[in-house]
Amino acid sequence: MNAITAGAIDCDIHPGVPGIRTLLPYMNDHWQDAFVSRGADDFDLASYPTAAPITCRDDWRPTQGKPGTDFTLLQSQALDAFGTRFAICNPLYGGAVAVSESMGAAICSAINDWMRDQWLSRDPRLRASIVVPAQAPHLAVEEIERLAGDHRFVQILLPAAAELLYGKSYYWPIWQTAVKHGLPVGIHAGSMFRYAPTSNGWPSHYLHDYVSQSQVFEDQLLSLVTEGIFVRFPELRIVLLESGVTWLPGFLWRHRKTWRGVRAEVPWVDRPPPDIIRDHVRLTMQPFDAPPDPQVVAEMCDMIGSDDMLLFATDYPHWQFDATDAVPIGFPPDLLRKAMFDNPMSAYPRLKETVA
Amino acid sequence: MGKHVVAAVSELPPGSRRLVTVRGRPIAVFNLEGEFYALINRCPHQGAGLCEGDVTGLITADGPGRYRISRKGEIIRCPWHGWEFDIRTGQSWCEPSRIRTRKYPVEVANGASLVKGPYLAETVAVSVEQDYVVVEV
Repeated sequence: MNAITAGAIDCDIHPGVPGIRTLLPYMNDHWQDAFVSRGADDFDLASYPTAAPITCRDDWRPTQGKPGTDFTLLQSQALDAFGTRFAICNPLYGGAVAVSESMGAAICSAINDWMRDQWLSRDPRLRASIVVPAQAPHLAVEEIERLAGDHRFVQILLPAAAELLYGKSYYWPIWQTAVKHGLPVGIHAGSMFRYAPTSNGWPSHYLHDYVSQSQVFEDQLLSLVTEGIFVRFPELRIVLLESGVTWLPGFLWRHRKTWRGVRAEVPWVDRPPPDIIRDHVRLTMQPFDAPPDPQVVAEMCDMIGSDDMLLFATDYPHWQFDATDAVPIGFPPDLLRKAMFDNPMSAYPRLKETVA
Repeated sequence: MGKHVVAAVSELPPGSRRLVTVRGRPIAVFNLEGEFYALINRCPHQGAGLCEGDVTGLITADGPGRYRISRKGEIIRCPWHGWEFDIRTGQSWCEPSRIRTRKYPVEVANGASLVKGPYLAETVAVSVEQDYVVVEV
């Protein structure tokens, strides 16, 4: 077991969905029939193709089956190896991005029930996010309401790039329901691919797609802040998952600088945007995106300007680091203690219910 | 510090402003509905001629999308980057305690008292019949 991370709360791990067949028992007669008769399967997200290196570290790759699908492997590799106290499961699968609202909702519901039966019930260290069809906020609300009573679900999960920017009124029902149940909303790297993932068209390579994800996170934060979502829903908390970290200080600086000049355009943003973001937004620590230079890592942490924002995560089984080196070299020890325990406990209030 | 006559009151009607140079300093004098204010004409951000920007009101909101404008004519917006300053105090809107432009005391004096001194009327001819705007620099 890794002594550095013992007792940590891992805020981003990815149990794999083997396929639609696994989910059929959690679907109604119609969808069981529809998926089988159409032969529809393989709803894995394009950001994480099964054989891509980022999708699974080599030594974590199961001998058969998709990455993250083996329960005992996940227990030993993601939980035991790091001494994890709790780990939050964020299943990434096509329900959240399907073009059909009703099909998307059926897949999401099945994943949530499967998650409860096959993962949460089998290891008390596991918690999960509620996956929802963000294509249809009214259906997302139904799904949240259906599951919010089970406090092992500690978060609502959305893809980073959706049908619209998240500040638009279309999404208010999701924010309202999140606040109602005290659930933070996790926004995970990934896209519905309704639009080209860059503002200048389609990239040719996965490399481009993955690196440019930080732009999407910047856009969503800008949208949430400038549309006044945190004014309208003061209790809303957003967690950026697998967003990378080191882009944040430059973004905060640019955001504040520009706000000073044109803030009259959005006068409800009545304090510096970095202060709003520091109060309402959290980020998981993998990937961190800094060179293996202790001084640089410490400076980046300092530039974020808050000890409350970072949440420990391994991003299991995605390949962000080797061995158990989930913590960047030079990460300040005091901050690490907060990131591993205090900050997750604060970001996910439901975790407190099981910690005396 | 000395008191300097910068204009006759009649030359600075309400809502107007005038740029003057006092002891080598570029200073803007504003008349806000009969009250006079003087700010150095230099934005603390990057040195632009602050007081040559638009005079506007204070835009606030009662909530997202609910705009409100108040204090019309009391805010100066820097022509370079749009930072807003309160003409009455020289304080910026965005960080009033840290970012401000220098403010000078202004008073109105009548010509008869000015002729006696100790006021300095470097560029403005003073007559006893008129009132004058006096900036202390």
